[in-house]
Amino acid sequence: MYNFKTLYEPASVAEALTLKAAHPEALFLAGGSDILIKIREGRLDGVDLINIYMLDELRGICLEDDGSILIRPLTSFTDVAMHPVIKAHLPVLGEAVNTIGGPQVRNIGTIGGNICNGVPSADSATTLKTYDAVLEIVSAEGTRTLPYADFNTGFGKVDLSPTELLAGIRIPKASWEGFFGHYIKYSMRKAMDIATLGCSVNVKLSEDKTMIQQLRIAFGVAAPIPIRSPKAEELAKGKKITKALIDQIGEAVLEDVNPRSSWRASKEFRLQLIEELAKRASVEAIKKAGGTIDV
Amino acid sequence: MYNRSVSCTVNGIERTYLIDLRSSLSDMLRGKAGLDSIKHGCDVGECGACTVLIDGKPFNSCIYLAIWAEGKTILTLEGLSTTKGAISDIQQAFIDEGAVQCGFCTPGFIMASIPIIESDTVATRDDIKRQIAGNLCRCTGYEHIVDAIEKTQKKRIEERQR
Repeated sequence: MYNFKTLYEPASVAEALTLKAAHPEALFLAGGSDILIKIREGRLDGVDLINIYMLDELRGICLEDDGSILIRPLTSFTDVAMHPVIKAHLPVLGEAVNTIGGPQVRNIGTIGGNICNGVPSADSATTLKTYDAVLEIVSAEGTRTLPYADFNTGFGKVDLSPTELLAGIRIPKASWEGFFGHYIKYSMRKAMDIATLGCSVNVKLSEDKTMIQQLRIAFGVAAPIPIRSPKAEELAKGKKITKALIDQIGEAVLEDVNPRSSWRASKEFRLQLIEELAKRASVEAIKKAGGTIDV
Repeated sequence: MYNRSVSCTVNGIERTYLIDLRSSLSDMLRGKAGLDSIKHGCDVGECGACTVLIDGKPFNSCIYLAIWAEGKTILTLEGLSTTKGAISDIQQAFIDEGAVQCGFCTPGFIMASIPIIESDTVATRDDIKRQIAGNLCRCTGYEHIVDAIEKTQKKRIEERQR
């Protein structure tokens, strides 16, 4: 038995937003793999919940007419990973969410919940950051869009007012077309573990595959929020693919990160992981894009 | 005020349960339906001992609201055998391969293995380990569990090809 007080059960998104406006202290309940566990642990005793899990209008993935990929927030990690649009155009996102928990958790956990929870270890966050995702946020007053780059405001905090709901995650066509990505999660166990560090890289290469047109790189657990590394991205732009460049990327990322020591790993170990994973993920992304690296 | 009814298909039979709105699916299936294969292990989605199939996919029933089961098709270990008193091939394989010691985790492992043994795609040992990664066993060291699943998968594929 879960110790919540009231469970509101809207039949539509519109009704959910009206309920949230009337009860701003209530929490939206999606897959529950964070909230229900917090209730079990007694950390949310007597909470009011708005059950949105049944709202299928918030579920699914589609390739829109303008070429953007729209991911609705209640799509489970399993469904993200299995979806033909993701497999065809954004496979790295499927690979990233496939590192979460185990099969049971991936069937219930949602991608919207993963990013709204706001923790730096969220495995979908780094890849969505590197692909310049744009969030569609709704409330009873209307809709706004927000670059995902601006969404995380602090550890476990996101730019959602008490009356707002994440309704869509959009990857613009220019952000995914021609890019190839790779995600590395470093954790103590291969399953059922939180990332000690996560690194997502994607690249677009020149036609002859010898130069990097654009490289985008983001880290989880390298700062209080998931972050990109502008220094490394600037450095890689227009450069010939060499072993030396990979090493320079590994050094440049260190200027943009701010990891801490926690029981999972020390700051020093995280810094080593950041440098090493940046290099490894860059190499893999370049390989996926058809490039080769002289050793 | 917390009373609710939930109608769903459990092990092939349409049922309606009167529950407290705050129930988990594991509360409903173990407490109301008397399906004791569902274990309250960790109750936070870590151990997999409460695994059931919902519309064919494995879920931790401990972190699933009972009301979400409305209209769904649920399979538990009790539903694997159609003959009263008999057990299914995967259960027999767990016995034959020594994949059961204390037995607490066994129903969860078996339910998590169903999508593997029902698939026509041959799963490698690594694939099997990935599919049972959401289940914990503190006795067996997993090798015999993987053996039992691998053996049953092979048997099922051969049967389907016959």
